[in-house]
Amino acid sequence: MRYLTDRKRAEGKGSGHAGTEDHWFMTVSAVGLAFLVPVWMYIFGKALGQDHATVVATFGRPFPAIVTGLLLIVGMRHFASGATMMIEDYLRGTARKMAIIGVICLSWATAAAGLFALVKIAL
Amino acid sequence: MAEAKRVERPLSPHLQIYRWQIPMLTSILTRITGHALYAGFFLAVWWLLAAAISPEYFDFVNWLATSWIGILVWVGSAWAMWFHYLTGLRHLYYDAGKGLDVPTAEKLGWACLIGSVVLTALTVLLVAM
Repeated sequence: MRYLTDRKRAEGKGSGHAGTEDHWFMTVSAVGLAFLVPVWMYIFGKALGQDHATVVATFGRPFPAIVTGLLLIVGMRHFASGATMMIEDYLRGTARKMAIIGVICLSWATAAAGLFALVKIAL
Repeated sequence: MAEAKRVERPLSPHLQIYRWQIPMLTSILTRITGHALYAGFFLAVWWLLAAAISPEYFDFVNWLATSWIGILVWVGSAWAMWFHYLTGLRHLYYDAGKGLDVPTAEKLGWACLIGSVVLTALTVLLVAM
């Protein structure tokens, strides 16, 4: 006789052994990015091709800086999660572990570089 | 013992077996565009970092970003972005349990493909003006 209920046995399982946590994160970040991306594309598109002073002035303003900061964090978390999912589909064992660690480091490093730039421009 | 009896087992369907259709093509393209977008993101962050470092360094990265290779990356990224964007919205719609019948799924796939091209053209126009 099994003492665990069906629900208890199912909890924390699923193919990734993480339940629906990742799926829910991707849903929430996708909705966030749906707002951030068009706005940022406009800001960035308008700034691209301008001279240095104009670019610094643009990203020194609160709204473009906040949108860019949010995009860096939410976008790179969304990317890390999607890339992890892809690696889990195609790689196994040590290669899988190394690739996942690499992609998470890369996305944090990219976000950090962008945030540093924003802070330096703002100061 | 495990190798004692080799049975010819039927292969489960995969990419080379399936006939190509729109939902499958757009699903694969979603994954490809999502990952390819890192290139555009990287170039944008590099460009912003260069602006923060010095005007001289900015001039170099800005030259690269506005060269024909740069433009190619931006237009490609804009298309990848809009495609990933539309299929992302489609994913949310699918998650709600809607649009999963074959005719609707086919239409949604075409909407993502055509919509992404239209939105890319509009973006390029808006930014270039």
